[in-house]
Amino acid sequence: MTQVTMTVNGKTVSGDVEGRTLLAEFLREGLKMTGTHIGCDTSQCGACVVHMNGEAVKSCSVLALDAEGAEVKTIEGMANPDGSLSTIQQAFQDHHGLQCGFCTPGMVMSAAALLKDNPKPTEREIREYLEGNICRCTGYHNIVKAIMAASGQDVGAIAAE
Amino acid sequence: MPKDHGIGASSKRREDLRFLTGRGRYTDDINLMGQAYVHFLRSDMAHGKINGIDTSEAEKMPGVIRIFTGKDFEGVGGLPCGWQVTDRHGNPMQEPPHPILAQGKVRHVGDPICAVVAESAAQARSAAEAIMLDIEELPAVIDMKAAVQDGAPKVHDELDSNLCYDWGFVEENKDAVNKAFEEAAHVTTLELVNQRLAPNAMEPRVAVGDYAPGTDESTLYTTSQNPHVIRLLMGAFVLGIPEHKLRVVAPDVGGGFGSKIFHYAEEAFCTFAAKAIQRPVKWTASRSEAFISDAQGRDHVTKIELALDADNNFTALRTETYANMGAYLSTFAPSVPTWLHGTLMAGNYKTPLIYVNVKAVFTNTVPVDAYRGAGRPEATFQLERVIDKAARELGVDPVELRRQNFVTEFPYATPVAVEYDTGDYHATMDKLLEMIDRDGFEARAAESKARGKLRGLGINSYIEACGIAPSALVGQLGARAGLYESATVRVNATGGLVVMTGSHSHGQGHETSFAQVVADMIGIDEGMVEIVHGDTANTPMGMGTYGSRSLAVGGSAMVRATEKIIAKAKKIAAHLMEAAEGDIELKDGEFTVAGTDKSVAWGDVTLAAYVPHNYPLEELEPGLEETAFYDPNNFTYPAGAYACEVEVDPDTGKVEILSFAAADDFGNIVNPMIVDGQVHGGLAQGIGQALLENCAYDEDGQLLSASYMDYAMPRADDVPFYAVDHSCQTPCTHNPLGVKGCGEAGAIGSPPAVVNAVVDALHRGGHSHVMHIDMPLTPHRVWQAMHQA
Repeated sequence: MTQVTMTVNGKTVSGDVEGRTLLAEFLREGLKMTGTHIGCDTSQCGACVVHMNGEAVKSCSVLALDAEGAEVKTIEGMANPDGSLSTIQQAFQDHHGLQCGFCTPGMVMSAAALLKDNPKPTEREIREYLEGNICRCTGYHNIVKAIMAASGQDVGAIAAE
Repeated sequence: MPKDHGIGASSKRREDLRFLTGRGRYTDDINLMGQAYVHFLRSDMAHGKINGIDTSEAEKMPGVIRIFTGKDFEGVGGLPCGWQVTDRHGNPMQEPPHPILAQGKVRHVGDPICAVVAESAAQARSAAEAIMLDIEELPAVIDMKAAVQDGAPKVHDELDSNLCYDWGFVEENKDAVNKAFEEAAHVTTLELVNQRLAPNAMEPRVAVGDYAPGTDESTLYTTSQNPHVIRLLMGAFVLGIPEHKLRVVAPDVGGGFGSKIFHYAEEAFCTFAAKAIQRPVKWTASRSEAFISDAQGRDHVTKIELALDADNNFTALRTETYANMGAYLSTFAPSVPTWLHGTLMAGNYKTPLIYVNVKAVFTNTVPVDAYRGAGRPEATFQLERVIDKAARELGVDPVELRRQNFVTEFPYATPVAVEYDTGDYHATMDKLLEMIDRDGFEARAAESKARGKLRGLGINSYIEACGIAPSALVGQLGARAGLYESATVRVNATGGLVVMTGSHSHGQGHETSFAQVVADMIGIDEGMVEIVHGDTANTPMGMGTYGSRSLAVGGSAMVRATEKIIAKAKKIAAHLMEAAEGDIELKDGEFTVAGTDKSVAWGDVTLAAYVPHNYPLEELEPGLEETAFYDPNNFTYPAGAYACEVEVDPDTGKVEILSFAAADDFGNIVNPMIVDGQVHGGLAQGIGQALLENCAYDEDGQLLSASYMDYAMPRADDVPFYAVDHSCQTPCTHNPLGVKGCGEAGAIGSPPAVVNAVVDALHRGGHSHVMHIDMPLTPHRVWQAMHQA
């Protein structure tokens, strides 16, 4: 066991981990922050996406020890300081961009990373960016729509919500 | 004006607040004090005889608490099957045992052999690698038709053969159907495969067993669509625990699509092991494990024939289907290719004579059971593909051929034992054509052609039977369960309500839509109604969520219970206002006396019910809590028309979906936003089946597509924005809300639209020999079809 220390959602945290412990496992089991989900074991589904030093990463493909000293942000840290939903989260609710909610943490974290780099993405850019996030419930329609709306684009012309 | 609250409003989902902030509570988020972890050592061969299991080295590994094998379960029941099908000759299906851990033989890759319980999941995994298995590999049967040949290796040695049943429906119609084919002016024949799919809910299955020695009570936390069903099956048939000593809890469930209906070995194991080691035992499936242990879907091979008279009226339909059961009978597997498939073969059409033959077969593959649509996508695909082929052979418009044969008068009794209560198939087809600008298609096709692409348009209708199901009827058909639903409505003293329902949401938003219904009936704010589900300890016995049944059946129970509440509340209001009960009206949360200005608020009445100082105690019990069980007297029949426009790249065979339109008739709608979302998700799964997904087994029974690296899940850039409409509404006549259900339609209606469109595109590109391509329509398959001689 080795001690690892990092900042998660602005708070310094530390814990003992094995060399093989993944960041996703450390968050869920070590810190009991269960908002980050694990949906596959081949780094394909994207349910575990978090931000590490400002970049979107799949926390199932990062060793906890490799996050030593890193700034990590998870879904639990995405709401506004007063607890209200952030723009992206609110857009997901307004446009029904989630159903079972399991892929949602990764979707929101990926959407936030996309909008940081590309504040007004096209539909095609959003769809291509979400290649690494699988959703089985929504058919992606309302996720794409929510992200467009969160970026301030008019989604009124997009069929039914 | 769209409504802003109550029935018909797109109320935002309350459950989103926790899901969007990482505060959902899924089964894997549950960790109990002192819990141990189990890892299942699973068979890596499809068929084998177990000669020996040596766990001695593994037992010495760090953290190991106990290793279980099939021997530990010799005195324990196997997993039960919930539906018995009777074959063409009146005999019961062959029903082999399904042990919790393998006994004597392994029968599919993924069959659990040993269970290692250890202090951590990683230790359990490591120790499993130290178990020495002596398993003699046996020849495996993977192909269904090969499995029923004489001399084929038997999946279950104690059975006569690999044939589970040979079912004929309606057997008495067989001769008349054959005669109609002899007299037909035209017969269209199509052989097709409805390939095996993995349901792939994004949340893998999880089970946590717990045991309280002080009270001899067991608790199972599990990823289930129907906790009461699991409690009954596991308690009564597997472990012998009476219901009052067994609690099953399914908290937030991360998708199911059918795969979380069934009772699985891991659930029984964790419950059993928790008592055996007197500690909680937790199992979390990896995705790789899910691919070889979750029940899979579809897997039919069918020959369908359609007979038409000289005027192109459908005169008869005949099908022969092989349906894969996999290695064991999953909970509801036998019902899927029979009663959920054969009864839908009339489709939207007045074909007078139908005969369906289904041979269900055991193979050395993962068990197959209901997956979104369950039998109805298979029926729809065959029918809508053969009609398209017939139109092509006859040189008639595929839409007109359908219209000519539509059922137009309701109620309509089909020749396959169901009665459609309402519908308007022309109306949904009219709406669809309006949505897709069919007249503009030729110009769009010309534009594609100018770019070297082949554009095609596929259109089809669909019907499904859901709102499952009338108990007496399904009992006659072999169900070993009733299919009613329940609700308890508890009104609190200060006026808020808790509705405890036997339905359970795994993404459908019941906490929002169910509250809309109850709030609307009373005329109060939706926020005053809380929905409780997923826990056998605080919900009435209910059958759960599948078969697009929650609102149609569970919602009906909730309406009945709320009606009882309102009736009692009116009695209390009448007493408070010294008026006749018959004069009391309830509107907007206020009770009034007709023709007077007297009124009492909802909260005054609920308070009186619990503080009965001024109360008719001699006639009425205090309190305000009612339960209703609702058993439907028919299925519901959502129907509609779907259209897909594709572009095929003739150089590569790659298909791109340009647009997809769905015009559905779901009867009345409670929350249009949620209904649209249900259709979207179903469409993506149908498009996934049509173009991408396939459980591919090799001849040795290895699942080649057993991870997201190989199993092509639809991604965001594989699908378009969908156009969906549900303005055509013919309300269901036999449930109080007039609702039909919307959960499966998208997955049922969409695969034929995609395939019809691709075949259309190839014909327009001069490949007129291509009459069918089996799903998934990968670039390889499409290119091969174009270039076959």
